[in-house]
Amino acid sequence: MSEISHILPLSKPKEGISKTGTWRLKKPVIDHSKCVKCLMCWLHCPESTIDVVESSEKFVEVNYEFCKGCGVCANVCPVKAISMVPEG
Amino acid sequence: MIVGGISIRELPRKKYLLPGNSSCPGCPEALGLRYLGMALGDRVILVVPAGCSTVIEGLAPNYSMRFPIVNVPFASADAVASGVATAKEVLGEDAVVVVWAGDGATADIGFATLSGAAERGDNIIHICVDNEAYMNTGIQRSSLTPYGAWTTTTWTGKKERKKDVPLIMLMHKVPYVATASVGYPMDFIEKLRRAASIKGFKYIHLHAPCPTGWRFDPSLTVEVAKLAVETGMWILFEAINGKVKISPSSLPYRDRSRRKPIRDYIKIQGRFRALTDKELRKLESMVDDVWDTLIKFT
Ligand SMILES: Cc1ncc(C[n+]2csc(CCOP(=O)(O)OP(=O)(O)O)c2C)c(N)n1
Ligand code: SF4
Repeated sequence: MSEISHILPLSKPKEGISKTGTWRLKKPVIDHSKCVKCLMCWLHCPESTIDVVESSEKFVEVNYEFCKGCGVCANVCPVKAISMVPEG
Repeated sequence: MIVGGISIRELPRKKYLLPGNSSCPGCPEALGLRYLGMALGDRVILVVPAGCSTVIEGLAPNYSMRFPIVNVPFASADAVASGVATAKEVLGEDAVVVVWAGDGATADIGFATLSGAAERGDNIIHICVDNEAYMNTGIQRSSLTPYGAWTTTTWTGKKERKKDVPLIMLMHKVPYVATASVGYPMDFIEKLRRAASIKGFKYIHLHAPCPTGWRFDPSLTVEVAKLAVETGMWILFEAINGKVKISPSSLPYRDRSRRKPIRDYIKIQGRFRALTDKELRKLESMVDDVWDTLIKFT
């Protein structure tokens, strides 16, 4: 592989190619006291920017460095634990 | 939630679509790629003709996915996939070779090689990611754009109907044909796993509402996808060896009276803004026609 990689345009996977968190107009804020741990936001996040942390304070967490603020998570949450707050 | 024996909790958490990619906010193709990773993980080798997903991958020397990918010209996609699948078989290595192609790549530009691979029974899965237009180049119509929809090449709404590609693939007499939607991830994951367990040619048509091209708010991708099913505009089904079975999420809508009005679906999308009442009635009769035809194969 290494001897051909300079002739062929071979790419390698990389997380965080662009800091897409800067695209955000609204920020999803999770009220962890309301969260029922159903995983719907994790499942439906188009960006892979919701992580399941399962700590004592929170079950899921948003990676704001890359979250684009689409708002899909807030709409799929069955208990409306996620609100979209305008960025300052 | 458990659907078809799969529980959300058991789905792999490994990321196959990586954060920091260049999809638009609320992108259905990004959602579909995540579900593909959850369903089949490391077994997948993707073959991708040009489209939004190519852009989501990004530029060399890095890319935003964890699938091995061969990027190919449109008209070669299924032929390349056939070659990759055969090579893996000769080497005795396990792989699920998946063509991940847009509606333009599937139904228009790449249709010849798709049909060829289906006729030969090559051991691949072709997934048509149907956002109902050529989005990557700026929202031009495809043969899968629905009747009445605005695109940059159908200013007053498309005058022709949506081509029924799943039925065309069914008529190739391949062992597996299914439709899916990004609004029903568990159904899609179940179908992907079933397809991967079958040898031969498999076709899955994934409905993918695109906020950028359909003109709706990016937070509504899942709602729009669900409304397509609830209004009967999109029918979820699965056909193993030619026998069509309407999937549980679409089954209630076999009965026309249980469908939500198609107006509910089109009014939240800017692309149908200019649709007249007469055109809406024509669209409704086209939807009834698609159901009637499909039910004949059940
Ligand atoms: C042979 C050829 N013709 C035209 C193009 C330009 N082109 C790149 S992507 C694209 C549209 C693809 O549309 P679709 O398959 O629906 O995928 P989407 O972008 O919607 O995901 C076109 C026409 C090309 N790359 N190669
Ligand atoms: S145009 Fe549509 S399909 Fe393409 S990247 Fe944007 S949201 Fe996704």
